[in-house]
Amino acid sequence: MATRIEDVRAAPFRRGLELSTRRVQWRGFPMHLVVLGVTAIWLIPLLGLLVSSFRPAPAVLSTGWWHSFALPGDYTLENYRKVLDRDGMLLSLFNSVAIVVPVTLLTVAVSSAAAYGLACMRFRFRRGILLGIVTLLIVPVQITLVPLLRVFNHLDLTGSFLGLWLVHLGYGVPFAIYLLHNFFAALPRDLFDAAEMDGASPSRTFFAIVLPVSRPALASLAIFEFVWTWNDLLTALVFLGGFRDVAPMTVAVSGLVASRGNGWEILTSAAMLSMIIPMVVFVAMQKHFVRGMLAGASKG
Amino acid sequence: MIADRVRLVVVAVAVISVLTVGYLRLGDRALGHLTQAWYRRVVPWLFIGPGVLVAGLTLVFPGILTVFFSFFDSEGTGFVGFDNYSATLSDPVTQIALRNTGLWVILLPSLSVLVGMAIAVLADRVRYGGLVKAALFLPIAISAVAAGVIWTFMYEYQPPLAAQTGTVNSIITLLPEIEPIAWIINEATNNYALIGATLWTQAGFAMVIFAAALRSIPDELLEAARLDGASEWQAFRFLTLPLLLPTVVVVMTTMTVIALKAFDIVYVMTNGAYGTDVLSTVMYRELFTAKDNGTAGAVATILMLAVAPIMYYNLRQFRGQSREA
Repeated sequence: MATRIEDVRAAPFRRGLELSTRRVQWRGFPMHLVVLGVTAIWLIPLLGLLVSSFRPAPAVLSTGWWHSFALPGDYTLENYRKVLDRDGMLLSLFNSVAIVVPVTLLTVAVSSAAAYGLACMRFRFRRGILLGIVTLLIVPVQITLVPLLRVFNHLDLTGSFLGLWLVHLGYGVPFAIYLLHNFFAALPRDLFDAAEMDGASPSRTFFAIVLPVSRPALASLAIFEFVWTWNDLLTALVFLGGFRDVAPMTVAVSGLVASRGNGWEILTSAAMLSMIIPMVVFVAMQKHFVRGMLAGASKG
Repeated sequence: MIADRVRLVVVAVAVISVLTVGYLRLGDRALGHLTQAWYRRVVPWLFIGPGVLVAGLTLVFPGILTVFFSFFDSEGTGFVGFDNYSATLSDPVTQIALRNTGLWVILLPSLSVLVGMAIAVLADRVRYGGLVKAALFLPIAISAVAAGVIWTFMYEYQPPLAAQTGTVNSIITLLPEIEPIAWIINEATNNYALIGATLWTQAGFAMVIFAAALRSIPDELLEAARLDGASEWQAFRFLTLPLLLPTVVVVMTTMTVIALKAFDIVYVMTNGAYGTDVLSTVMYRELFTAKDNGTAGAVATILMLAVAPIMYYNLRQFRGQSREA
C-alpha cells in the first residue's frame, strides 16, 4: 500500500525529470563539442607520432600517417633499429639515466636534510633562509649561465656528468626544500619532542622517524625531479658542451631535428624513445606526481 | 660505453647514500662534544648547510655576477655602463624577441586558464570525463623537445597541389578554397603555432590545479544554489568562478614564468628563425655564437627583471601564509 502511494507521488516528478534531461541533452551539445574537440586535439598528435614511428620511410614521406590505417600490416621496427644503432640513441638513453638517477637521489638527500632543519629546528636566520628559498623558486636559470659556464671552463668540468649533477642539484634544491618543508612543518610536533625526550640525536630522529613517515612526500619530490631532469634541454645543452658521447636524449633528439630535416620516420621514433621512460614513471606514479604538483603549485 | 654508464649510476647511488648517512651521523656525533648551548646553535647548520651552499653557489652568487657582468664588455674586463643594455634594446633582434615574449606572456597564461578550467569543470559533467582528463594529463610528462618534434610534424607543409602529410594542413584543406599554411615559417602564424604547442604540454597542469580547487568547493553550496533556481551557468558564474579566483592567480603566475623562460620548444622548432626569437634564445646565441658575456648578461638581467614582480608577489603570499599559521 505504502509503495503504491509513493509511486503515485513520484510519477509527476519523474516526468519532469525526463523532460529536463532531454533539454539538458540538447543544451549539452556545445559542451560535448568542446570536450570532444579538446580530447581530439590532445590525443591526435600522440597517435600521429606513435603510428609514424612504425611506418616505413617512403610511406612517411609520401602520405599522411592516417593513410596507414588503410594498409594494415605496413608497419616496421626498422626505424627504431636505425635510431638506436646508427644515431646512438641507445647510449643517449643510458646517458639520460646516468644524469637523472644521481641528480634525483642527490636532490632528495640534500633537500630533505635542509627541509628538516628549517621545519623542525629554531635558529637564527631561519626565516631569512626560508624567504630566500621562496624567492629562488622561480629564478630563471638563464641568469646563472654566464658565470657558471666560465667556472666550468676554468675547472674543465664542461662535458662531465659530475658538473651537470651539481648544477641540476643547485637548480632543483629551492623547489625541493620548499615542497618538503611544507610537508615536514605539518607533521605533529610530538613526534620529534618524544624522540628528543628519549635522548635521540637530530640525525637519529631524521633517519629513524622523519624520513620513514615522509615517504609520500619524498616520492612526490623524486618523481618530479626525475621527470623534470629527464626533460631538461637547456642545462644539458650548455654544460655538456655538445659532446655527442655524453648527450642525453633531449640533446640528441634536438640534434637529430637539426641534422635530419624531414626524416620523419627517424625523428618520430627518436621522440618516442625519449618519452617512454618519463611516461612510464609518470603514469605509474601519477598520484604522487599530482600531490607534488598541488603542493608546489607556485613553482614555474 | 653503456656498461660505463650503468657502473657510474651504481657507484654514484652507493656513494651518495653512504656520504649522506655518514655526513649527518658523524657530523652530529662530532658536534656532540660542544656545550649544550653551542650544540643547539650549530646543529641546524649541519642539516641546512649543504642545501644553502649549493643554492648559493649555483643560483645566488652566479645571479649577482651576471648582473655585474652585464655592465662590462664582452670579455668582462672593461666597464661599459649601460652600453650593453642600450645596444641590445636597440637591436631589432632583441626587439622582436621582446615583442614575442610579450605575446607568450599574454597568451600562454590566459589560454591555459581557459582550457584548464573549462576541462576541469566540464569533465565532471560528461561520461567520458576520465578520457579527456587523461588526454590533457599525458603531455605533462613529455619534454618540450619531444613536443617540438610532435608539433613540427603536425604543422608539416607541402605546396598546395601536393598531398598534405601534415595533420593540421590536411584537415584545413578539406575545406573548400583553403590553401595549406606553412605554419612555422609564415610570420603571421608561427608564434601562435609555438605557443599552441607549449599550451599542449602545459594545459594538463592547469587542469589538475583547477580540478583540485573544484573538489574543495562543497557540493551543498552548489545544491543550495540549484534549489534556489539558479541555472548551471549562473551557479558557475556567481559561485564557482569567484571561489576559483585564487587558483586562477596561481595558474596565471606559474604560466607567466613558464612563458618568460620559454626556450626548449623554440630552440627545437625554429631556433628563433622567421621572427620567432624569445629572450632566452637571444641570450643563448649571445652566449654561444657571439660569445659576448656582457650582452648575454644584459639579456638575462632583463629576463630576471621581468620575473621579479612575480617573485615579490610569491614572497608576500608566503609571508602572509606563515603569519596566519
